[in-house]
Amino acid sequence: MRTRLHVNGEAREVEHEPQETLLSLLRYRLGLTGSKEGCGEGECGACTVFVDGAPVVSCLVLAAQCEGAQVTTIEGLGRGHPDGLHPVQRAFIETGAVQCGFCIPGIIMAAADAIEREPDADRESLRRLVAGNLCRCTGYTKILDAIELARARARSGGPPCSTK
Amino acid sequence: MSQRTLELGFSGHSEERRVEVPPDAPPPWDLRSDLKVAGKPHPRLEARLKVTGAARYTADQRLPGMIFAGAVRSPHAHARVRRLDLSRAKKLPGVLYSEAYPQREVRYAGQAVAALAAESEQVLDDALALVEVDYEVLPHVVRTEDALAEDAPAVAGRRNVRQGRGMRRGSLRRVEEAHARADVVLTREYRTQVQTHTCLEPHGSVARWEGDRLTVWASTQATFAFRQTLARALGISAAQVEVITEHMGGGFGSKFGADAWDVFAARAARATGRPCFFMLDRRAEHLVAGNRPDSIQRCTFSVRRDGKLLGAQVTSHGTAGLGRGAGVLNPAIYAFEATYSDQYDVLTHAGSARAFRAPRHPQGVFALEGMLDELAEAIGMDPLELRRKNDPHPVRQAQYDVGAEAIGWSRRKPSGSSPGPLKRGLGVAAARWAHNARPGTAVRCRIGRDGSVLVANGSQDIGTGTRTILAQIVAEELGLPLAAVEVRLGRTRDPYGHGSGGSVTAPSIAPPARRAAYACRQRLLAAVAAALGCEAESLSLREGRVHGAERELSFAAACGLLPTESIEATATGGPEDMSYPSFTREVAGVQFAEVEVDAELGTVRVVKVVAVQDCGLVANPLLARSQINGGVLQGISYALHEERILDARTGDMLNANLLDYKILGAREVPEIVAIPFSVANGRTSTGMSSLGEPPTVPTAGAVANAVANAIGARVRSLPITPEKVLAAIAEAERTRRASDGEKKKKKKKRIF
Ligand code: FES
Ligand code: FES
Repeated sequence: MRTRLHVNGEAREVEHEPQETLLSLLRYRLGLTGSKEGCGEGECGACTVFVDGAPVVSCLVLAAQCEGAQVTTIEGLGRGHPDGLHPVQRAFIETGAVQCGFCIPGIIMAAADAIEREPDADRESLRRLVAGNLCRCTGYTKILDAIELARARARSGGPPCSTK
Repeated sequence: MSQRTLELGFSGHSEERRVEVPPDAPPPWDLRSDLKVAGKPHPRLEARLKVTGAARYTADQRLPGMIFAGAVRSPHAHARVRRLDLSRAKKLPGVLYSEAYPQREVRYAGQAVAALAAESEQVLDDALALVEVDYEVLPHVVRTEDALAEDAPAVAGRRNVRQGRGMRRGSLRRVEEAHARADVVLTREYRTQVQTHTCLEPHGSVARWEGDRLTVWASTQATFAFRQTLARALGISAAQVEVITEHMGGGFGSKFGADAWDVFAARAARATGRPCFFMLDRRAEHLVAGNRPDSIQRCTFSVRRDGKLLGAQVTSHGTAGLGRGAGVLNPAIYAFEATYSDQYDVLTHAGSARAFRAPRHPQGVFALEGMLDELAEAIGMDPLELRRKNDPHPVRQAQYDVGAEAIGWSRRKPSGSSPGPLKRGLGVAAARWAHNARPGTAVRCRIGRDGSVLVANGSQDIGTGTRTILAQIVAEELGLPLAAVEVRLGRTRDPYGHGSGGSVTAPSIAPPARRAAYACRQRLLAAVAAALGCEAESLSLREGRVHGAERELSFAAACGLLPTESIEATATGGPEDMSYPSFTREVAGVQFAEVEVDAELGTVRVVKVVAVQDCGLVANPLLARSQINGGVLQGISYALHEERILDARTGDMLNANLLDYKILGAREVPEIVAIPFSVANGRTSTGMSSLGEPPTVPTAGAVANAVANAIGARVRSLPITPEKVLAAIAEAERTRRASDGEKKKKKKKRIF
């Protein structure tokens, strides 16, 4: 079957199997392999992308459901930001929040959403907002540090975080 | 040889040592070395690639014509395969290759009975469902305790219990003598569970043939071992195979060689002439890709009233499934007068264990550190004091002070005295590790006439930061900024590197990297000296410039003077830069934990962990902290949540996903204070110690001790679940009442 959607701002028309997931469409059909598959069952969050501005685990979304949708993936998150990096991405680099990196695209998507949706969330609430994303390497400590750093910068008049 | 005097040790505790430095090697870094790039907190080189999704992992390979492979796995722990019929599956259009494994018996749930490769993942899924298998279910045993029973079904051979080779250590007679001299002798049983590695990136590979040459993109922590095992399985020479591991999503000990699925992918690719993709799914990850064995540890420990530890005796039984190596490692930290351990593997119908971050250590240390606290309690001594008295390691002695200060140990109250339903407690535990710098890693350094610097090694960066550390070492030696050095890792056509196990990678790769850079530096300076007509000895290389007595020039200009297109040196780690006398023999670490236990619900919340970890000379504090944080994360997860649950009735795993197999998430992670502790050991020319594994060793022990301190009762079994906490509290309550009753009776007797 065929689905038309916007991915990272570009109009795409993609031929795919009826039962194919959005994750599979992104990774296999469009070659956007930044979104990862850690479980394929909606449990790890590595495949998180935005569909019409809301974060979803793309392994549980059917591609066919995305007709006409605006999809943003990790590859498109930094669009329009200085040096092509969303403030959350930049903060992840600076604080050393990345290790093996497999969970990172999903966590960054969740984090970017979190600081936009709840700009005043304290650290405890931030934990809740990224609780759907598992990481086996980092201890989350620096991930939370990075999110806080990005949010602090956004508040103090840094570049806007919105990319949706 | 030249003579050098090094200052070794750590701040506040150092000594001078004279060493002989071979002529072609740089002198070891020590406390006086004024390092500019090495030892500094540089963000990892590939961070940008990873945060933008551009980093390519194994499953991200998209090759033209690629086909997809998967396996049919047994749902039974033990069964005879009566009939295996692939004919319907093979008839499905798009199924391109298959193999059947009509072994007489399957011996664990998840064992593959057939594998297929197909045009697309959708066709593959349909085809796998069409494979017909008729199983005759046989009696199984999946739990360690059950397998110990006299009438348990035999798993392999006649007996399920086997003594591990070299697994009886120490002298039982001497331990018994030590116990006889003790004031307190305690016997307790400690248990730990089976933990699965749960790397976020599953196991697997993508194989592509071009003629008789095979290229494999693999998620492996040992590119060269992977190449070797794969070549052997395929009956080809290793030289025909190139393994590529550009980025990989965690291994933790479970990814050391080519597995059955990798071999299948290579065979399917050869048979069909198309690249083949085979990644495990999450269920298979839990069932067939390794785990940490469980343990039942019977411990008898003794102490003198003044706190001198006397005897430590441990008998352990654990299951590595069908595999071996379920032993634990307990009493190597403290100076007991005598120790004895006796370890048994118990065979069960379950997937084989694999090395798992610090194999044998966390389970052993959990028991050891629990026993220490129980002894301290029995003689009325502060648990930290007991450790200080018996710990011979100078670094750990200093770390106890640092950690105690950071956690606020002076706040610790007697166990069980925390009032109210929310009870706070503090605990401590320690770890030891070996200085695992292993000779044999080779690093090539090349400086181009255009000023480019390339460092290459064929081993992998599994997330630890090897790439960044390599660049730092070479930049330091050449007096360049980090950005001037390009690193190529993860291709077996480059020089040999070890697998990332035993925490060897950074300590083993850094000395040859430095020596290769040193050799290039000498040759560059010689070329510059020749061009300028001065002595090479009068030149130095720092801050991106070559400095001479009269002039200086930029690094790029200096490279322009090279007589050839490039200069290149390859150095192999060996005695010349890896076997100086060392300041300490072992890597030291201590951790402190603070917990809050809800005594009504039994839930445990870890509030804070302080981890003080000997890193040798810290290669990069940012990366070091990450390693420590990650070790602590996995340690807490092990202490409180993780457990592979095999159903005794069906033998299948009940929680083979990421929802029911709980790993620690962002919500539960406590404040982790990671303190990299720098020690100049002088053993190698770069001085860094093993760091990947030791930080996960003491965490569960520290958490368990903190829980016991909070509730005044001890949970001797991991994971520490609410049920176990409540049971321990109830048990302690019963004991207290009984002994109160005794006391009252005695009093009455006296009065009347
Ligand atoms: S892959 Fe989608 S949640 Fe794990
Ligand atoms: S960095 Fe490895 S899983 Fe998060």
